[in-house]
Amino acid sequence: MTAEGNSRLRIRFAKTGRIRFISHRDLARVWERALRRAELPLAYSQGYSPHPKLSFGLALATGYESAAEYLDVEVEGELELDGIARRLGEHLPDGVDVVGVVPVAAGEPSLQEAVTSCTWQVELPGVERHWLEAVVSDLLARPEIPIRRNRKGTEIDADLRPGIRRLRVEGTPSGTQMTAELSTGPSGARPEELIRAVGDGLSPSLVRRTHQWIERDGDRREPIPANAPPAPHAEERAS
Amino acid sequence: MTLWSQIEPLLPEVQKPARYIGCEQGAQRPVHHPERVSWLLVYPDTYEIGLPNQGLQILYEILNERADALAERSYAPWVDMSSVLRDRRLPLFSVDTHQPAGSFDLLAFNLSAELVYTNVLECLDLAGIPVRAEDRTPEHPLVCAGGHCTYNPEPLADFCDLFVLGDGEEVVGEITEVVSAWKRSGNTSREGVLRELATVTGVYVPSLYDVAYDGEHLASVTPRFPDVPEVVEKRTVADLAEWPYPKQQLVPVTEVVHDRLNVEVFRGCTRGCRFCQAGMITRPVRERPEEQVRTMVQEGLRRTGYDEVALTSLSTADFSGIEGVVASTVQDAGCGQVSVSLPSLRVDAFTVGIAAQIQRARRTGLTFAPEAGTWRMRQVINKLIREEDLYGAVESAYSQGWRRMKLYFLTGLPTETDEDTLGIGELARNCVALGRSHTKKASVTVSLGGFVPKPFTPFQWFGQNTTAELRRKIHLLRDDVRRDHGVNLKWHDPDATLVEGLLSRGDRRLGRVIERVWREGGTFQEWSEHFALDRWAEAVAAEGLSMDWYVHRHRTEHEVLPWDHISAGLHKDFLWTDWRDALEEVGLPDCRWTPCYDCGACTGYGLEHIVASARPPAGGSQGTGQDLAVGGRMPVELRRRETAGVP
Repeated sequence: MTAEGNSRLRIRFAKTGRIRFISHRDLARVWERALRRAELPLAYSQGYSPHPKLSFGLALATGYESAAEYLDVEVEGELELDGIARRLGEHLPDGVDVVGVVPVAAGEPSLQEAVTSCTWQVELPGVERHWLEAVVSDLLARPEIPIRRNRKGTEIDADLRPGIRRLRVEGTPSGTQMTAELSTGPSGARPEELIRAVGDGLSPSLVRRTHQWIERDGDRREPIPANAPPAPHAEERAS
Repeated sequence: MTLWSQIEPLLPEVQKPARYIGCEQGAQRPVHHPERVSWLLVYPDTYEIGLPNQGLQILYEILNERADALAERSYAPWVDMSSVLRDRRLPLFSVDTHQPAGSFDLLAFNLSAELVYTNVLECLDLAGIPVRAEDRTPEHPLVCAGGHCTYNPEPLADFCDLFVLGDGEEVVGEITEVVSAWKRSGNTSREGVLRELATVTGVYVPSLYDVAYDGEHLASVTPRFPDVPEVVEKRTVADLAEWPYPKQQLVPVTEVVHDRLNVEVFRGCTRGCRFCQAGMITRPVRERPEEQVRTMVQEGLRRTGYDEVALTSLSTADFSGIEGVVASTVQDAGCGQVSVSLPSLRVDAFTVGIAAQIQRARRTGLTFAPEAGTWRMRQVINKLIREEDLYGAVESAYSQGWRRMKLYFLTGLPTETDEDTLGIGELARNCVALGRSHTKKASVTVSLGGFVPKPFTPFQWFGQNTTAELRRKIHLLRDDVRRDHGVNLKWHDPDATLVEGLLSRGDRRLGRVIERVWREGGTFQEWSEHFALDRWAEAVAAEGLSMDWYVHRHRTEHEVLPWDHISAGLHKDFLWTDWRDALEEVGLPDCRWTPCYDCGACTGYGLEHIVASARPPAGGSQGTGQDLAVGGRMPVELRRRETAGVP
């Protein structure tokens, strides 16, 4: 929880290009250093080995791109958000780009708790569009899609179907693209699982997360919309 | 001519794809141009191991600052990647702009360990370059190598066109100028450019020497032409202050070893520990001025965002400005929560003062290297640390809050007895007991390495212990500390020590052995999962050679050593005398604070030990037998700087 006198920032960022090949842990370290270089007044944990209080949302698999990654940072005092995105941008490697920064009110749920689904794009060059449309159509028509899932080291039987909220196919100049909205959480679906269910030998050239969604009372919104100005009004809250 | 679009699709197929993307803060993307001599600096091990190497980063910056040169970097692709590259017919590439290795004018390998030699061949082969120097044509890059292993370059003589001895800062510029002139002249003759390079001080071109044997013994290594030196002298940079590199240490985007800001505080070492090649070959001592260290630390932390800085050298607590630098680093508000780590700590210089400073921020691991278990043994190896010094240092550390400590020891030293081996256990036990009076969790890890005699040390004549003997001693110690909770014992594989010994003092005949092992797939021999003694033993036998003869034989005073035509500045008779002194258990104190015993390093180069301050460093005996914290004589003279205006 946020300590007395401290405040929380939520940062939305993109991870694209060569940098997509670093792992989630690597990315956390990159952020820690960039925040330090930008001389933000980071809040540190107590104890034997103090570290800055950062908390990431859903981890992104190594090799995937994303236009919608999120990170919460605790800082000492209140922070002027004007210019923060630009300042951070100077210290981040090529391919990690700040999309928006907003303050987070005390008591707001963490990103892990709040996000209910994600939209993914899967690029499949060389795959024939009509073939894929038929496969997808068939998949969605089934009452259940049994799969083997590995959770915390053990293999369990699960059903992929409830995790797939939306799924459509589009043609691209080089082949085909699948766009899927998948639920998060224990009964949610991961893009790798969907790709395997669609076709065992499929190997996408790129998987990209385009949105993370928070759903409440039937209404779906992003924690930070992409077209929000980098230094938003103070009244706007991430919720 | 970037290969990125062909490499990118391979990355999802390999482990740790981040090894191949570059993207580091400080990385450069030089523009290739026929007017610029292009260097590919290669560390022949994985990215995680090679990225932090200071030598490579220093040359990377210096070359890219020159108008007539440019440099990119490469690291040995892991076995999965190298297999995929061969499969798709793609070559070794630079991580900066993904250029093919074969398109560079020079490939420069850093050799810091003998077991990477087969990786050098692998990298050459992946680059599309014939592994044997004699098979190369003018289209192929020149292959050169630097680093500590070049002090016996002979095992790699078949594969490298040239070796560079000593400090690289100045000589890379001179090599660049020769290669530049060669390019402009149409570069038609490879032998021509090598003849020219051989006239540059510090450069050794093995193909310009004839090697003769007398039965199994080496008889001579003699130049084939009058303009080729009989003895190749190393290069020594006189004043580190003129070389404040790296200015932009590379900050990786993925995990590597030594992942912190590294600032070199001095080169060389005057302690004279007899087993230590690094200390001998890097003499004389050249310290970086304290003020410059401070600036490099502060600027470096600000630029990189690292929260840990390591002050590096062979014996950092000996740096005369040490307490001042540590204090200012830790106290400087601009540095935030920074922790300071001092690798290679000598116990007789580590004090409560230093410990107190370091522990103010986060604690890093603490390693001491007593190397031997008894005072007698330490006199033989000339590491003149008394037991009280070790216990004092350990007590300082525990009292300031440390809980775990690592102690390095060697096994297989000359004149070693079982009493010496068991002495290690005794020391470790006593350290734990000291710790227990401060914390229940006190522990000591003893890390035991097999001793390999190295060229240019007084022990270069000593026959290395057999693996059977090494194992016997390891087991003796293991049984001794078995019931001591708090003492953890780790040891290096004696079979790996054997091969290291083969290559460390081998001659040119081993080239064929290295090639065989490589052809059989023996890469990454530094890695325990890939090291295989069998391949080496078979290769040695296939070449009609004897591992035993190279490794276990005691050399005689007048025999020709494979590195006699190389010079680290040390007089061979000084080394022989020191070897005899060792066998008599006579210790020689640190020559920084006591009169010179004429090893040759300083007199040969017209340099004296350049220390940053006239005040001896904090506490301990510094090998003088005096407690310098409370007084004592410090007879060294400071040399006046030649440069005008500098006091």
